[in-house]
Amino acid sequence: MPFRLEARGRRSLLWAWLSPVVAVAGTLLLSTLIFAALGKPAGAALYTFVLAPVSDLRGLSELGVKAAPLVLIGTGLALGFRANVWNIGAEGQFILGAIFGGGIGLAAGDSEGVWILPAMILAGAFGGMVWAAIPALLKTRFNASEILTSLMLNYVAQLLLIYLVVGPWKDPQGYGFPQTRLFGDAATMPILIHGTRVHLGVLAAVIAVALVWLLQAKTLLGFKLRVLGEAPRAASYAGFSGPRLTWFALLLSGALAGLAGIFEAAGPIGQLTPSLSPGYGYTAIIVAFLGRLHPFGVLLGGLVLALSYLGGEKAQIALGLPNAVTGIYQGVLLFLLLAADLLVSYRIRLVPAPQSTIGSVAGGVT
Amino acid sequence: MAQAGGAERPGGRDSDPQLAVPLLQLDGIVKRFPMTIANDGVNLAVRAGEIHALLGENGAGKSTLVKIIYGVLHPDAGEIRWNGLAVAIANPAAARALGIGMVFQHFSLFEALTVAENIALAIDDPQRRRGLKAKITEVSAAYGLKLDPDQAVHHLSVGERQRVEIVRCLLQNPKLLIMDEPTSVLTPQEIEHLFATLRRLRAQGCAILYISHKLEEIRALCDRATVMRQGRVVAECDPRQETSHHLAELMIGKDLKPPYHLHEDAADGAAARLVVANLSLKADRAFGTDLKSISFSVAAGEVLGIAGIAGNGQGELMAALSGEAITAPAIIRIEDAPVGALGPSERRARGACFVPEERHGHGAVPGMSLTENALLSAWRRKALARHGVVDRSKARGFAAEVIRAFDVRSEGPGAEARSLSGGNLQRFIVGREILQEPKVLVVAQPTWGLDAGAAASIRQALLDLADRGTAVVVISQDLDELLEISDRIAVIAGGRLSSPRPAGSVTSAELGLLMGGAAPQAVEAHDAVPA
Amino acid sequence: MSGAALFTSVMLSVISAATPLLLAATGELVTEKAGVLNLGVEGMMLVGAVIGFAVTLGSGSATLGIVAAALAGAVAALGFAVLTVSLLANQVATGLALTIFGTGFSALIGAGYVGKPLPPLPKLDLPVLSHIPVLGPILFGQDALVYLSFAALAGVSWFLSRSHAGLVLRAVGDSHDAAHAIGYDVVKIRYFAAMFGGAMCGIAGAYLSLAYTPMWAENMSAGRGWIALALVVFSAWRPARLLLGAYLFGGITILQLHIQGLGIAIPSQFVSMLPYLATVVVLVAISSDRSRLRLNTPACLGRAFNAAG
Repeated sequence: MPFRLEARGRRSLLWAWLSPVVAVAGTLLLSTLIFAALGKPAGAALYTFVLAPVSDLRGLSELGVKAAPLVLIGTGLALGFRANVWNIGAEGQFILGAIFGGGIGLAAGDSEGVWILPAMILAGAFGGMVWAAIPALLKTRFNASEILTSLMLNYVAQLLLIYLVVGPWKDPQGYGFPQTRLFGDAATMPILIHGTRVHLGVLAAVIAVALVWLLQAKTLLGFKLRVLGEAPRAASYAGFSGPRLTWFALLLSGALAGLAGIFEAAGPIGQLTPSLSPGYGYTAIIVAFLGRLHPFGVLLGGLVLALSYLGGEKAQIALGLPNAVTGIYQGVLLFLLLAADLLVSYRIRLVPAPQSTIGSVAGGVT
Repeated sequence: MAQAGGAERPGGRDSDPQLAVPLLQLDGIVKRFPMTIANDGVNLAVRAGEIHALLGENGAGKSTLVKIIYGVLHPDAGEIRWNGLAVAIANPAAARALGIGMVFQHFSLFEALTVAENIALAIDDPQRRRGLKAKITEVSAAYGLKLDPDQAVHHLSVGERQRVEIVRCLLQNPKLLIMDEPTSVLTPQEIEHLFATLRRLRAQGCAILYISHKLEEIRALCDRATVMRQGRVVAECDPRQETSHHLAELMIGKDLKPPYHLHEDAADGAAARLVVANLSLKADRAFGTDLKSISFSVAAGEVLGIAGIAGNGQGELMAALSGEAITAPAIIRIEDAPVGALGPSERRARGACFVPEERHGHGAVPGMSLTENALLSAWRRKALARHGVVDRSKARGFAAEVIRAFDVRSEGPGAEARSLSGGNLQRFIVGREILQEPKVLVVAQPTWGLDAGAAASIRQALLDLADRGTAVVVISQDLDELLEISDRIAVIAGGRLSSPRPAGSVTSAELGLLMGGAAPQAVEAHDAVPA
Repeated sequence: MSGAALFTSVMLSVISAATPLLLAATGELVTEKAGVLNLGVEGMMLVGAVIGFAVTLGSGSATLGIVAAALAGAVAALGFAVLTVSLLANQVATGLALTIFGTGFSALIGAGYVGKPLPPLPKLDLPVLSHIPVLGPILFGQDALVYLSFAALAGVSWFLSRSHAGLVLRAVGDSHDAAHAIGYDVVKIRYFAAMFGGAMCGIAGAYLSLAYTPMWAENMSAGRGWIALALVVFSAWRPARLLLGAYLFGGITILQLHIQGLGIAIPSQFVSMLPYLATVVVLVAISSDRSRLRLNTPACLGRAFNAAG
């Protein structure tokens, strides 16, 4: 091995923030190579993917709309990851939020009432919490890995959603399409900026970032969560209850994912369909890491990953590339990020080849 | 007998060992690490048939040096000669091929595997792995090191584990056996047994490189001693001709004062601060030890020492006292209030503070700053958080106070805990607890792995605290330490605690018998005979 | 006779549902025994599925397709090992990244293959034997990968319990520091273990796209990689129990196909939830005995090893 890793002794703050930049740059470089390999003009493709989506005000507003669910979910996940609570079930919690909140929206029908929207939002958060409570219970009571249980529940949630939209909640006037009817006006998220699709959820995402930052940086609870993540035995030594903190992290991230779900369903989509989420729950994991598990970082990371969705759509239309390209970029981005993160805690030292080996001498003795 | 077949040994038949070419000779070995130079031009010569002590404090560079000899580390400069021939030892297999065996300080054993599997892993020649179990039984019988080859290692006591390591080496017919701090986990009786084995190996012509910082042992066992300090060799001598005091001076480089304890009797009349009554607790770890009806009490101003070999329930006892494990309320009382059902934070509120054995990840969070580590256990007693909001500047102030009062060498409250040396981090942790002015302090392994200076300063701090009226419990494997600072000593073995006895009236031999699991009555009877 | 025919057909479908789980879980078992937790099973299966399908379609040789799938899985695992073993990246996060990447990569490669037909993997009809009623088709009329899944399990079982190399691999998973101290190359062994796991996941994917449903569809593994991961926990890292678990889950998967055939009025979505819910139930059952779980789990599972630091 031509290199050796030396512990720095303390984390490099420089690299902690530089490594996402390196990862994004590396992903762009790699993507040009992929475009070139696929026979597309690299420069134009890069432009289509990165700049075209945000070249006008409308594009920028769309970026915000796409980023909102990623940021909402990612903020919660980041808080959990810091506490060593691996909630991989945000996709399911997102869906349950949409189902709970959407259920109220559908029940409200066309009735007017200022209570409808708040009730939907609360129900959405509650739905996400309910779904996250299952892995929390199984983790704290039965010691079952929250990674696998929360992930399994994603599939269950998706099937539940399909059951509802092809079964009891199906729109009778929907020509047999698997979808509910559209939410009424009183059950639809208000648009904040006229002429765009920027809705209440975008504001909620920004508020969530600020609140979670306050929690993480200023409160004892935030400190406890970090101790639990960095040294669980130190947490129990200090008297910070691991199960209680695990519950909190899962419920909070579940609530935020549920909020994202109802904001999407009652916002840009306007109804329940089987494809509510283009994998937001999974992408938000990347957002959390790209954002250094820090709320403000998550905000930036959410914008970057939102761009990958928009760019993917543009590339699909303009270059005939399959939508799956987005998934590749996201995977590569996370790979590069994790690799670059090495430099946060370690220094790479090139090692000259060993002076000589024992081989001959030892062999002689045996 | 100890010679591998066919190996050529120039000078091996020479009658005078002092004139013969040394079996192992190191010339100017240098090994640098990012922060320090662990070995700075070390010279060492070990001859066949001698027990050679490598003496030095923790951090003097002994472990690094033996890892170089065993091929785990590679020197940055210098030469290794084996029987006069220069060699480069690429890896442990190469070292074993030369005839070098090593018994590690933190055993290099695999818990989930059996004794035979553990031994097979260190035998590189497939031919010699055949019929291994029979060979293990044979060798262990020949040396009186009883072992069951089919037993899983996690069932073994610390002493038995060491036997596995020794048998593993003996099966290779070593010419040089390296033993890294082999006695730190043994009872006095087990130590005698080990010495008998080592002397026997010496008689068979095997060289032994014996690493230790225990001076009496070295004087009793070794023929030569090389003394290291701060990565350099500072002396070579015949330890049998030296006084312990002189060896200590060579090793430490200065004279150490014995710790000062104000009173011996004042504790007698004082009220009991901590009372444990009939504590039984099931271990929550896979290979833990259940606690069985433990009772003791500690008075204000008193130091109670709890001796015992690692893995006899110390971890569980610490957890039960600190509140990390919970019992019925009345089992544990602090100032007569039942606290058995309370968690660590509530117990702190009532005046108990704790220093766990493991510094990194238990007593402190390695990746967090000293300010945050101060917050960790002191937020309640020092009111470092109000209405759930952390008062950063107050926490930083407290951390700075600990750093100042306990001479913690660091870059200040902002330094990450992992950037501190072991001694400095331990001073920080102990200081953090002491400055909370506890009524009861429970400390586990307070000086484990520290150099003599740091250890002395921590022992003195504990005694000073007791002198100010705190009840102090010290759980330690280091008998010398306990005899030095305790007012009374009890022994934990197999999850049971012997009844505490005044430190002045027990001998280390008696304590050793208790540590080995002998029934207390038997020890008292044994005690009665000479009297 | 119709009862016997039903039994045969149920058993055949149980076997085909269990085989991909068994293949992937056997690979992951070896990986985890060396102390490496690769959560990218799902991604590696998808990569194996699409590469296996594409190569088989292109070359006309299923053998070539399976070999290519194994290689693709191994290469994916190599990437994982570079990040986690050499660059000390967090294993959980890297495994997730591998799944996300594998999902996207397979969808991109497979875009041109959606809807293309492929003849199913031939059954190795052993003459005479496969015509034995009831048991014949079950025991002697399977495709090569079914037999491979058994052979691989038996081989892994022998390797881990009887061979010296297997002992070394277990030792590395139990204590990488001790293994390093007595001179084993922890990094090399972990690379090997991870890549073996990747190759097996690749083959498991190929089974899906060549035999289970001979076609390519996006995300066709449908969580089987995650179920395989849970199976390894269920097995307590013991090959014999892995077999039991895989066939138990094969049975549950098939139950969902037959439950409606039995005329029970449950919406199909609820029936489809069964394997996922069963996974959760099984995990809970196996994890609740904390001390036993800890006793069986390779002690270094998921922990990074750095010789220099």
